[in-house]
Amino acid sequence: MSLINYASREINCKLVYYGPGLGGKTTNLEYIYEKVAPAAKGKMISLATETERTLFFDFLPVDLGTIRGFKTRFHLYTVPGQVYYNASRKLILKGVDGVVFVADSQIERMEANVESMQNLYDNLLQHGYDLTRIPFAVQYNKRDLPNAAPIDELQENLNPGWPVEDSARQKAVADPDRPGQYLVEEVDGTWIERAPYFEAVATTGDGVFDTLRAISKLVLKTLG
Amino acid sequence: MSGAASWSFGEDDASRIQLVLDQLLREADARTALIVDRTGQMLATRGEEPTFDPVAFASLTAADFSANDQLARMLGETEFGALFHQGDRESLYLADVARRVILVVLFDNRTTLGLVKLRVRGVVESLSELFTEMFERRDRPAPRVEAGFVGDAEDEIDKLFG
Repeated sequence: MSLINYASREINCKLVYYGPGLGGKTTNLEYIYEKVAPAAKGKMISLATETERTLFFDFLPVDLGTIRGFKTRFHLYTVPGQVYYNASRKLILKGVDGVVFVADSQIERMEANVESMQNLYDNLLQHGYDLTRIPFAVQYNKRDLPNAAPIDELQENLNPGWPVEDSARQKAVADPDRPGQYLVEEVDGTWIERAPYFEAVATTGDGVFDTLRAISKLVLKTLG
Repeated sequence: MSGAASWSFGEDDASRIQLVLDQLLREADARTALIVDRTGQMLATRGEEPTFDPVAFASLTAADFSANDQLARMLGETEFGALFHQGDRESLYLADVARRVILVVLFDNRTTLGLVKLRVRGVVESLSELFTEMFERRDRPAPRVEAGFVGDAEDEIDKLFG
């Protein structure tokens, strides 16, 4: 939940990067940390094991600067992807404002992706949040690898869409990043909505800022 | 079931909390008192200006408390209401406030753990009342930023993340 602190004139929003182990969540944050203007970034904290696997979380605060009198900041978190760290993942989701699901595009990781997506949905539910109602984006990482699954296949498995029940919202919404594609559309008589998705190669930074820009804007819209 | 809600923290809230924290610092002879919310955001700081990065500190404090909550449950406890971290020179005493926020007291050898604990116990109740009232306001319409904020923020995002 975004905190608007009128006393210190600050707005803080929490973004969580979720997904299966070794999918590139930490690499996303490291790239952002490396490239964002020095004045805009705070200290990056990684609670990792000796082998650099995330143990609890990575944390990176990014300042947007002062907007209409409010110092506006995004708190970026990753969760540990490995299955047995679920208790930690659940804790990090507390008070989340927006989620990026970092999927590993490698075909062999499809099952791990699906499992992690289900786990995200379940953990959010336990906090009383519905994944289909909070700002949410999907990133298909490792697009450069030869064994990367086709996007259509990833979309079908991880972002097939959810029904739009509210009749007021049953109108086509174009995907701003993909001409000819829609985020909300009617398929076989049923209105469905999908999360925006991005292709990425986090090690080189491709798609990293596209994803961050999209999720940040979705979160800000909930404040307006 | 819902999406994430916003909540707000006003100047009146800040002044009331400051009074309580100032009194705590005087009576406990502690250096700094901080209030951190359970999601890892810093809400208030009183006393000596911290020499550390407060944003990172808040995030780690919330994580520390949450992890210890889970440990407590494994032991069949509902929670550990307070935590103590002892250093050579500086120590931290953390106390839960109404399951909403965490009161953190930073102190050194000018005072004792016993005195800090005693004074913290005294203020947790008044802080609990304040925060319970603040969070109940969430039933009211969600706080909104002024018109134009979102557009300006989007421009900044394009500049910074472009």
